[in-house]
Amino acid sequence: MTTHCSLWVLASALVAMASGIPSVLMSRSRNVGQLLSCLLLLAANLSGVLAVCQWWVAGPGNPLVWSSPLPGIHFSLSIDGITAVFLLPIFMVTSLASIYGLQYWRQSEHLESGQRVSFFLGLMTGGMTLLVVAQDGLLFLTGWELMAVASMFLVGAEDDLAETRRAAWLYMGASHFATLCLFGVFGLLYAINGSFDFEPLKMGHSTMANWLALLALVGFGTKAGIMPLHVWLPGAHAQSPSHVSSVMSGVLIKMGIYGLVRVSGLFPEVPVTWGLLVLLLGCTSGVLGVVFALSQHYIKRLLAYHSIENIGIIVMGLGLALLGRAQHHEAWVMLGMAGVMLHVWNHALFKSLLFFAAGSVVHATRTREIDQLGGLLAKMPATAFFFLIGAVAICGLPPLNGFVSELFIYLGLFHTLAVERPVSVAGAAFAAPVLAMIGALAVACFVKVFGTVFLGAGRELPASRGHEAGLPMTGPMGVLAGFCALIGLAPWAVAPLLQRGVEAWAGEPTSLKLQELAPLRWVSIAAVVLLILITGVAALLQWRLRVGGSQRSLTWDCGYAAPSARMQYTSSSFAQMLVGLFRWALWPVEQLPRVRGLFPSQAQFLSHVPDPVLERVLWPVVRALYRIFYVFRYLQQGNIQAYLLYMLAILVLLLVWH
Amino acid sequence: MIHLLVSLIQVLVLLLVPPLLLGCINKTKAWCAGRRGPPLCQAYYDLAKLMRKGAVLSQTTTWVFPFGISVGLATAIVAGLIIPLGQPMAPLSFAGDLVLFAYVLAVGRFFTMAAALDTGSAFEGMGAAREATYACLAEPVLFLGLLVLVKLTGSLSMAELLGGSLIGEWSVAGAAMLLVLVSWFIVLLVENCRIPFDDPNTHLELTMIHEVMVLDHSGPAFGMVLYGASIKLFVFAALVVRLTIPLETGFVLLDWGLFFLGLLLVAICIGVVESVMARLRLIAIPNLLVGAGVLSAFGVVLVLAH
Repeated sequence: MTTHCSLWVLASALVAMASGIPSVLMSRSRNVGQLLSCLLLLAANLSGVLAVCQWWVAGPGNPLVWSSPLPGIHFSLSIDGITAVFLLPIFMVTSLASIYGLQYWRQSEHLESGQRVSFFLGLMTGGMTLLVVAQDGLLFLTGWELMAVASMFLVGAEDDLAETRRAAWLYMGASHFATLCLFGVFGLLYAINGSFDFEPLKMGHSTMANWLALLALVGFGTKAGIMPLHVWLPGAHAQSPSHVSSVMSGVLIKMGIYGLVRVSGLFPEVPVTWGLLVLLLGCTSGVLGVVFALSQHYIKRLLAYHSIENIGIIVMGLGLALLGRAQHHEAWVMLGMAGVMLHVWNHALFKSLLFFAAGSVVHATRTREIDQLGGLLAKMPATAFFFLIGAVAICGLPPLNGFVSELFIYLGLFHTLAVERPVSVAGAAFAAPVLAMIGALAVACFVKVFGTVFLGAGRELPASRGHEAGLPMTGPMGVLAGFCALIGLAPWAVAPLLQRGVEAWAGEPTSLKLQELAPLRWVSIAAVVLLILITGVAALLQWRLRVGGSQRSLTWDCGYAAPSARMQYTSSSFAQMLVGLFRWALWPVEQLPRVRGLFPSQAQFLSHVPDPVLERVLWPVVRALYRIFYVFRYLQQGNIQAYLLYMLAILVLLLVWH
Repeated sequence: MIHLLVSLIQVLVLLLVPPLLLGCINKTKAWCAGRRGPPLCQAYYDLAKLMRKGAVLSQTTTWVFPFGISVGLATAIVAGLIIPLGQPMAPLSFAGDLVLFAYVLAVGRFFTMAAALDTGSAFEGMGAAREATYACLAEPVLFLGLLVLVKLTGSLSMAELLGGSLIGEWSVAGAAMLLVLVSWFIVLLVENCRIPFDDPNTHLELTMIHEVMVLDHSGPAFGMVLYGASIKLFVFAALVVRLTIPLETGFVLLDWGLFFLGLLLVAICIGVVESVMARLRLIAIPNLLVGAGVLSAFGVVLVLAH
């Protein structure tokens, strides 16, 4: 019995890594190889799902351990509650992305990159599976690097575009910065515990433990895209093929969250300030993420900033759970961590759905610019419907899934009000209005996108090219939309698994039950009441329209009889007031029209919002560093003998120094 | 059994009374201006007339347009099922329903705005954009007020938050609750597009937010929008009434009587505000909303430090 589920999941990871081989070996101008690769990946993921099922039924069993010949180094992997929660979205989203890619990134149409994308998609999936099941730092880092490198090549799939190359390099830099921090994290773990295993820290309150926490926050935070560390994210998400974006946004950045959850679970005691700090980071990421999203003109870039927002919400949940751990309030831990885990799932579902739908639009219209589109609902009914589902879900609106995870976090935040002292802890409740504001901003943003892209009339030429995608693309969207509705309507169905996940993080089984703490049954009832009422009112309206008769006419533009599509409100105008309100954070670059003379000629107005952290902080610093270190380029001759000499010199120096 | 009966009464009140509220406001305004004004029940006549009429739909619209109207009305009703009216209980009441209250209204807003954009009209796009913007500022104000009430009552359900225990808190934390009352009244005005945020009387083109979003609605569709808007106004008015007089006298009829009296007072207040104030300039609206937010944040600080 015992090790079976670990074996299955290891097999899953290995098969996934190898799944791209048929595609690479077979003809690149035909699609057979890609289909085989897709099937292999599906098989791998199915075996992974079976492993999780086996874990659920038969328990975890012994971890799978492989002792290497080197002393003190061994690899171990097993499934526990946290692992299971993070594994499922990996399997689901990568499978669907691979199917989606069969039409979206057909190998015969992308001769340069088709094989590469299939291969690295599998490798990335395997890497992610491996890092999530790893129970020690070394195996974790192996999976982490596989994932990071493979995804770098996926981001650079269209490397003939300069912008894509730039995004890929930036992503590589950020990834390796994160990995560097993780070396520190696991090094300190070894220093404190004497092994790389994920075991509770022996010294909770020490300088080393503090450094470990800080490095983990920076390293994993970079991967997750927490606000000031998010610089790589918008470019990487926007430039990669849409099915890759959906995997990156849906699951890859969650690996950063996984790391934060895993490492924070190792601390037996945490100070209150950590919880508050993490909560504050979450609020910042949430608000600024969605505000930046509002100001974007390109659909995938906009969705990318929404990832930052949702990571912010997840991090808020983590902050709440940490506060609970610091103050020994099991209810906060339960609600906060359940919010984290469910939001990780939810975001994987609706964000992949949105990227799939956006990909379908980009594929059909060949443009990413929101303001060129319009009226696509008539031409792409299925895509539009699924996008709408995703949009409602990501705004956290009932009756879909986003509402449930945000409800957990809200409830937890309201619970903090019950504390009398210290006041700083009760002050955490101020995060609730912030979350409300994030929700309202998200509504504004998604009404803007949905309205501009799918409603109204087509604005420019690309909009006329709209056509519905085939089943390989709409099918995965349908599956994801179905799960969004399922979790929204029956959240109690997933509660037991979340409970196991939270208990694994808390380190002990609690007497609290998530079902009792959160009104899951009532959420179901409310959702059903809402749906029934909507149906009833809609039926009534249809009936009255039929009885009274209805006719079609021009849109009433206040008496103007020749409205044109160009007169419609654009997405930029829709967001203009909000962008103005948040001018202090966005620093929009505007080029105002100059009116000269009595009969001014044509004028134009330009406005765009570059990423301030990237453009105004990171690049200047990098350029300055570049100038400083320019001197040392003399040492870098590209001559291998010279490098060997340097090593020898350093070794001798060290010997002498000791 | 009693719960069922009260729920039934609440549903009936929720569905039947709201248009009367509009009548009261208009009567007050007429009285202030020295006019006789339309009859109290004018809104009912309007609704009945609109529901019998035919409709003209824009050529650009799709299924989103009628669907958006239906969602707008349905969500207003659901929100009304969550809050207590004459009795401190509600049909849809559970710990955490306060979040549902805010979010279900957000669903309505989402689809009303989508329906507006579906027409492809610049005016309606403008209205939708403003609605979206002000909601972003009004939502936190509502939640800050809820924080105060949660802290005071220790409950997470609207029916208990605005229940009889609140009356004792007026003497203990009156200052904080007064701040919440003021800021929620401002939320009421902005969410329902009343003066000073918007003028529901300046027909159509000059209205800036809500009415401009429904330019293309006619006949039964417009009737539903008006009805939904009146329910939403009723819901927010009930919120303010329950906050001000959360009385439980023990006599059911007296409680309901007090509640209706409170509603009447709120309607008169709105009418008076509309009579004595002009509409604010668009640029000044965010300032007022942020001000309301700061007021209720003060309220939270007061109860936390208490």
